[in-house]
Amino acid sequence: MDLGIRQADLAAEVGISPSYLNLIEHDKRRIAGALLSRIAVALDVAPGLLTDGADRTLLDSLRQAATEFADIGAEISKAEDLAARYPGWAALVAAQAGRIAALETRTQVLADRMTYDPDLATALHSVISSVTAIRSTAAILTSDDQIDADWQRRFHRNMHDDAVRLAQSSDALVAYLDPPEDGGAVPLSPLEEVEAFLAGLHWHLPTLEADGTAADVIATGKLRKPAQALFAEFATQYATDVAALPLARLTAAIARIGHDPWALAGELQLGVSLVARRMASLPADAGYPPFGLVICDGGGFPLRIKDVAGFAFPRGTACPLWPIFSALGQVGRPVQADVVVPGQPDTRLRCTAIAELTSSPAPAMPARVVATMLVKPNPPEGTGPVIPIGVSCRICPRETCVARREPSALGAASTQAL
Amino acid sequence: MGKRVLLIEDEPNIIEAISFILSRDGFTVHTHEDGETAMDKLRAQPPDMVILDVMLPGRSGYDILRDLRAAPESAELPVMMLTARGQAKDRELAARLGATLFLTKPFSNTEVRDHVRRLIGA
Repeated sequence: MDLGIRQADLAAEVGISPSYLNLIEHDKRRIAGALLSRIAVALDVAPGLLTDGADRTLLDSLRQAATEFADIGAEISKAEDLAARYPGWAALVAAQAGRIAALETRTQVLADRMTYDPDLATALHSVISSVTAIRSTAAILTSDDQIDADWQRRFHRNMHDDAVRLAQSSDALVAYLDPPEDGGAVPLSPLEEVEAFLAGLHWHLPTLEADGTAADVIATGKLRKPAQALFAEFATQYATDVAALPLARLTAAIARIGHDPWALAGELQLGVSLVARRMASLPADAGYPPFGLVICDGGGFPLRIKDVAGFAFPRGTACPLWPIFSALGQVGRPVQADVVVPGQPDTRLRCTAIAELTSSPAPAMPARVVATMLVKPNPPEGTGPVIPIGVSCRICPRETCVARREPSALGAASTQAL
Repeated sequence: MGKRVLLIEDEPNIIEAISFILSRDGFTVHTHEDGETAMDKLRAQPPDMVILDVMLPGRSGYDILRDLRAAPESAELPVMMLTARGQAKDRELAARLGATLFLTKPFSNTEVRDHVRRLIGA
């Protein structure tokens, strides 16, 4: 205990034995529910301080699992008790729920691929067309009817051509359906594949900082074709950003005035979004704090997510209170706000967001809007209010939130997680 | 001159095979390979029936069928759809748009000939 309270006194105050408290203090026992509240009150700290981030993630996963299988009627309000009493089983439930969700998503992606993928449709169409032509032509040649010699030669040639085409299109189809050579896990979508690739590079690409090309970077990884195309778009933007704001100029400005992207944009006479993208690609080993980044389109769909310690943005349904969505409602005006997420009351996230038109409106086509948000965990103390951000409404404990879309499946007991 | 069949299909060897078996059966077969200009061909040389592939360059067979049914002069024209897709939803779409028949590739020559005979006679 670091708060000047004797272990025995605290144990007596909360009604447990000193030895049990000792086990709790050394992470041999998990605490939750009423006991967690009593200890928090005795120590005069927020309950969240007594549980670590992994616990929070586990509890969120358990609650999410319970809402996904709502017809089973799992006691959502007892999630903390389950995690505390049977952490292994709780982790198993959470892991299985996560795996089910991942498999469902993957199944959907594969189903979409089978249904809509133009490459697959083209390959199948080619195979079936060849087979159809061969079948019809062969039937003509083997019929009892007399066929002119010229027509016979013509049909034989057609059969040969179609047989060659069938062999080629069958090869292409087999290659398409082959698993990747490494046999490893296949990323679910090109977007996620690119993000995983970029995370491996810490989002900093020295090759593009120094006149290299997207192809040079792609050659270092194992991106599949759709992801390569997506990465090429990213690389084009990256190279344009580098040309507008070279690393040396950015780092010199940071040294002068600090990390605030809005202030930096003013100092450098450049756009906030450009500065945000460049700050999110600062080298990881140069002593700069980690910056998270989200780029989304006008419909709120995340086009790019860079998570960092303390900040994770969902690719699915996100809380509408994130400042990036406020920015979408006021195109061209930067929005800056500090936020906190449930379970991490002591981790403020400073979000700087701006939405911009990236195409011109036309009579039959509205302009494209893209919003960019830079996120800095644990910034210096701010002066404005701190916005309590939520997670998916079904498992968000903020019952009275103005942005709530649907009722929470959590019980009132979970409000201590705020 | 026999009944006129317009075959709108982009695979040359399928065109050749179907043209051969229908011509030998007494039909006059005209062919067209491009979806974009198929309606122009239909207006220029009105047939007694159409054999229409779904996957065509320029424009899909479904779009052409929709236009055919919207025009009074071809609203009742027999149309046999040919497609590599045999799923229920494709059949439903073809039926909803007014296809007379739906034939899935790979088909047999006998099937094609029998359907054409039944729809417009020999």
